[in-house]
Amino acid sequence: MSSNLVWLSIFVLSVFIGFEVVSKVSTTLHTPLMSGANAIHGIILVGAITVTDHADTNLQLGLGIAAVVLATINMVGGFVVTDRMLEMFKGKPRVKKSVDAVGGETK
Amino acid sequence: MNTNLYGVLILAVSVCFIMALKGLSSPKSARRGNLIGAAGAFVATDLVFWAPGMTHQHKWWILGAIAFGVVVGVPAARKIQMTQMPQLVALFNGVGGGAAALVAIVEYLKLGSGASTAEVVATVFTVIVGCISFSGSIVTFLKLQEIMTTRPVVFPGGRFVIAGTLLGTLGAAEWVIHSMGNTSLAVMAVLALLFGVLFVLPVGGADVPIVISLLNAFTGLTVAASGYVLQSTLLIVAGTLVGASGTILTRLMAAAMGRSLFGTLFGAFTAKPQAAVEGGEARSVKSGSPDDVAILLNYAQRVVIVPGFGLAVAQAQHTVRELADLLTSKGVDIAYGIHPVAGRMPGHMNVLLAEANVPYEQLVEMDEVNPTFPQTDVVLVVGANDVVNPAAKTSPGCPIYGMPILDVASAGNVIFLKRSMRPGFAGIENELLYDPKTTLLFGDAKDSLTKVVSALKAL
Repeated sequence: MSSNLVWLSIFVLSVFIGFEVVSKVSTTLHTPLMSGANAIHGIILVGAITVTDHADTNLQLGLGIAAVVLATINMVGGFVVTDRMLEMFKGKPRVKKSVDAVGGETK
Repeated sequence: MNTNLYGVLILAVSVCFIMALKGLSSPKSARRGNLIGAAGAFVATDLVFWAPGMTHQHKWWILGAIAFGVVVGVPAARKIQMTQMPQLVALFNGVGGGAAALVAIVEYLKLGSGASTAEVVATVFTVIVGCISFSGSIVTFLKLQEIMTTRPVVFPGGRFVIAGTLLGTLGAAEWVIHSMGNTSLAVMAVLALLFGVLFVLPVGGADVPIVISLLNAFTGLTVAASGYVLQSTLLIVAGTLVGASGTILTRLMAAAMGRSLFGTLFGAFTAKPQAAVEGGEARSVKSGSPDDVAILLNYAQRVVIVPGFGLAVAQAQHTVRELADLLTSKGVDIAYGIHPVAGRMPGHMNVLLAEANVPYEQLVEMDEVNPTFPQTDVVLVVGANDVVNPAAKTSPGCPIYGMPILDVASAGNVIFLKRSMRPGFAGIENELLYDPKTTLLFGDAKDSLTKVVSALKAL
């Protein structure tokens, strides 16, 4: 099998996995899912590091470093912001809060 | 590091990303999913320094750049208000697209004459789509931040300019592939950036989140394409996962708003300018005081609260819960009617109300809450407009026509908490405001709610 065919297989199979994993998702989670997927494509950081490492000229080095900065912001910021969104879903009280809690939780 | 070991570890990271997306699709596992994704990304970033063939000649520059990115990205993500979340996601997506484009440009500069056509085409694809994603995301950021108008921007002959720019970009791509020159690449990148701006400008108001999701999928595909050029399985898998899941997500979002994706993207070109609402300014509305509102609520059997972007802006989620708890203690039946795209992103309201610890079972989705409106005495619309605008049903040709809405008009009374008579994000007049059973309470949602709460306590 030629290496191009290997890449193509990986690509096609990944498309199907991507379709499959998100096919049933409630509207509640659309925003965090978009944000999480956004963080995952920050993995371009790995590519940015690789090309910067192999840079031969100052132009290549400069562009590569800019790419590393942008990719890091995408990846790290993306995961942190998604976590902040999801933090609010956890520990949800199953029982209704009693009325005496009124007004006590405004921070 | 041994190539096989490296390959196995990279495979493990790819699995992490699949599990992350899978986890994010269900409320129970969402947070864990995100953490698995983050762990995978962290491991991958460490691993690449040990990858076979690394020279480490610019190690300090790279580490410095990463540190700088962390210093910029983390505080931005931590300090951002919940209301500004959508714009931040747009911005992060944009910088990701920009990073992919830059990686491809560097790779292009290194490609010698021995490069295969497939490699050059993949590089050119990455530069074009990465640039579109970058500039397009910046425009969506500016729209959501309301630095520029949120309405569709259309100008005479706009569609020809856009078509021309796209053809120009493709022409330049052809030129790049043949000449392998630097000028042609620069021309192509500039045209692609311009196309990204022009492509998003005509998209208006409520459709912006759909476009963010689409651009997110685009960035995923550019990452996959750079993975091919860099011979990195990880980038191909991760990029393709995001591209594919992003496409599905974009379609789900469009479906939640009753729009076709095509209509969202190209609707602004075909839509006729709206006829001005006849005598809109002259008509009278009924505005009430906080006491009037408190009395209406106090004697209701069932109240449905419809939150919108105004609630988010005013940070009124805690106050609204205080009001709901007070009414519950008075024996009023309370529910929140959640429109899937209320706010600026799907699920925006759920996130906000979850922050205020609103009981999950009080949040009722549109399809379930709509049949209950005829039995509802009072609907309290807190800073929402387009999602309850009957124009979506009655006036073909208006930008939100066909979007499913919350049928609040069939309830006994409707109270709008609004800042002003200004139309909503989509810029359409709301007939419901002039309905005799509607009462308006002007002011910041949090102030108004606080006044209503104290009026209720005094009753």
